Formats: sequence, C-alpha cells, structure tokens
Amino acid sequence: MIYLRLIWSYLKIGFFGFGGGYAMLALIENEIVSPGWITEQTFTDIVAISQMTPGPIGINSATYIGYVAPTQTAGLSSPLFGILGSIMCTLVVVFPSFVLARYAGHYIARHRESPWLRGIFSGLRPVVIGLILSAALLLMNSANFGSECTEIAKSVALAAVVLGLTLSTKIHPILLIVVAGFAGWLIF
Amino acid sequence: MLKNLFLTFAKIGAFTFGGGWAMISIIEREVVSKHRWLEKEEFLDLLAVAQSMPGILAVNISVVVGDKLRGLKGAVAAAFGTILPSFLIILAIAIFLTPEAITSNPTLTSIFKGIRPAVVALILAPVFTSAKSAGIGWKMAWIPICVAVLIWSKLPIVSNPILWIIIGGATGYFLATRAHKNLTDKQKETEK
Repeated sequence: MIYLRLIWSYLKIGFFGFGGGYAMLALIENEIVSPGWITEQTFTDIVAISQMTPGPIGINSATYIGYVAPTQTAGLSSPLFGILGSIMCTLVVVFPSFVLARYAGHYIARHRESPWLRGIFSGLRPVVIGLILSAALLLMNSANFGSECTEIAKSVALAAVVLGLTLSTKIHPILLIVVAGFAGWLIF
Repeated sequence: MLKNLFLTFAKIGAFTFGGGWAMISIIEREVVSKHRWLEKEEFLDLLAVAQSMPGILAVNISVVVGDKLRGLKGAVAAAFGTILPSFLIILAIAIFLTPEAITSNPTLTSIFKGIRPAVVALILAPVFTSAKSAGIGWKMAWIPICVAVLIWSKLPIVSNPILWIIIGGATGYFLATRAHKNLTDKQKETEK
C-alpha cells in the first residue's frame, strides 16, 4: 500500500530531519528515491522547483512526491489519488514538529545550556555536513549529468561555473537556476 | 487572533523564497516589530528551541510561536499558514508539470538538462560554507567525507542516513558527558 509506505517514510524524514532542507535531501533520497517511488531526475527537478517557488524544500518535496508517487509510480492515474497523497505527505512531514514542540519544547528550552545537549548538537554538526555532501554525490549521476561524453562535459562545466559563482559571489540561487536553464536550452 | 496568526504566517509562507533562514528574519519582523505578539528576547528563546528540533525550521518556528501565543490552536493556525501557500503552488505544478510533461517537450527537456547540474552545484556549495562556519577543518573533514561516501555507497545498513544521525548525536553526548565528568572530578580533587 503506497500511502502507508509514504507515511512511514515521511515520519522518519520528519523525526530525523536535522540540519535543514539540504540535509533532509539525503533522507528523502534514501527513503523515496532508492526504493524507486520517483526517479533521480524527478528528484533533482523537485529541488530546482523548490528553489524557484516560495516555501521550505521539505514541504515542497513532500507535496510534489505525494502527488507523483501514487499517480506516476503506483499507477493510480486519477489526480484525486495524487491530491490525497500530497495532503498526506505534507501533513505527515510537519507532524513531528507539533509533537516535539508541544512535548519536548519546554524540556529543550530548560536544558538548552546543558553540556550534554550541546554535545549532541556538536556531534550532529559533522554528520549533517556529510548528509549534504552525500545528497550532492548521489545526484552526480547519469540522470542529471547525461550519459555520453560531450553531454557529461557540458553538464560538469555548468555545475563547476555555478559552484564557483555560489562560493565566490552573492548571486541569488534563483537567478543561477534561470541562467542555467537558459544555458541548457542553448547547448543541449 | 487565530485568523491573524494564520494570515501573517500565510503571507510569510507565500513570499519567502529559500526556506528556513530566509524566513526567520521576516517572521521576527512580523511577530516582534509589527504585531508585538512577543518580546525580542522571547522570540530568540523560541527560535533556539525551534533550531534544536528536527524537521522543517520554518514549520518549527511557526509551531512554537503559535503554541506560545494560543496553545495547540495557535500552533495549528501558524503552521497551516506557513505550509498552505507552498502546498497549493507545488500541487498546481505537480498536476501540470509532470515528469512526462518535461520529457515529452524538447524545449523543457533541454532547459532541465541545464538546470539539473546547477542544482547539484547549489547543494554542494553549502558543504564548504557550513564546514567553515561549523569550524570543521581538514583535520575533522574525514567524518563528513566517510559519512557521505557510506551513504552514497548504497550498501545495506551503513547507507542509512538515520544511522549516522543517531551515531553522531550519541557520540557527541558521550564525549560531552565524559568531558563534564572529568571537569567535575578535577574540581573535586582541587577542593581536597
């Protein structure tokens, strides 16, 4: 049953999603892309769409995957199944925030300065960076960079330019995506 | 109040691009400066709690602010405000821009061929910037690199990111309590 699988996956993503949107991508990759609920390409496209639309990546991906997984992968072709999946995944991914805010919030607030809570977060920090790196590594594949030589070379060059610009300038990511899309239209 | 809370957060959800950090300053402006629902100090305390929780930061901060102001109803109103605009926008995109719509249109196909490598680069960039700001130099770099390679390997068990989150948190906890114990032991010794 696809809906139960999606609920279970998104509960895990919500409860263990430390370190923000990009780190969460590693979890989504492991829970949703690896089992084949959406393709690698669709996954990258969701990230691109998330960047260009308002709202957090966690919500955007839950809504999109909730729609696409039942309608495209599980073959429930009516859009109603997609809308149901969208609502469900979006609610499930925010559910842990409610539980934790209501039941753990006071506890966290009280122990914020305690050495052990600080310890947990200093231990999480390098792992979160590893998660983001893994999300990038997992996306460096033929689905996103092409499979023949010239295509790969063009894609790598594009990625290198965007990486260089992001690290050295303050150009807005949306502008970079728009320019990359235009470049893609010209060279592919 | 509930309606106001919902509308304020819906406005923030509809007009902020880039999620969490971009939203924080705008939430602060609305909640503290404009509506005066919270003192700045109170807001910063709530922000610290929201940051310590897993999940989506923008949702966490909406939930804790809403909860503080009006309990569960407030939390629901604020969180729904935050998620509703992006939910509606993405739902519309999902219905019309299906993966097939992209592959069957040659122009869209080449546009997305350009966008995809750029997105990978955008995800890779914060690895360098956040390693720097977290004070992780070359000496410590092996930890994120090993974690990333193992997740990337897709081997059973060790490729599960949740495992590494638990190991990271547990190791940090263990090291911190040990350091704390050593410190208190030393203090006791000097008292003697």
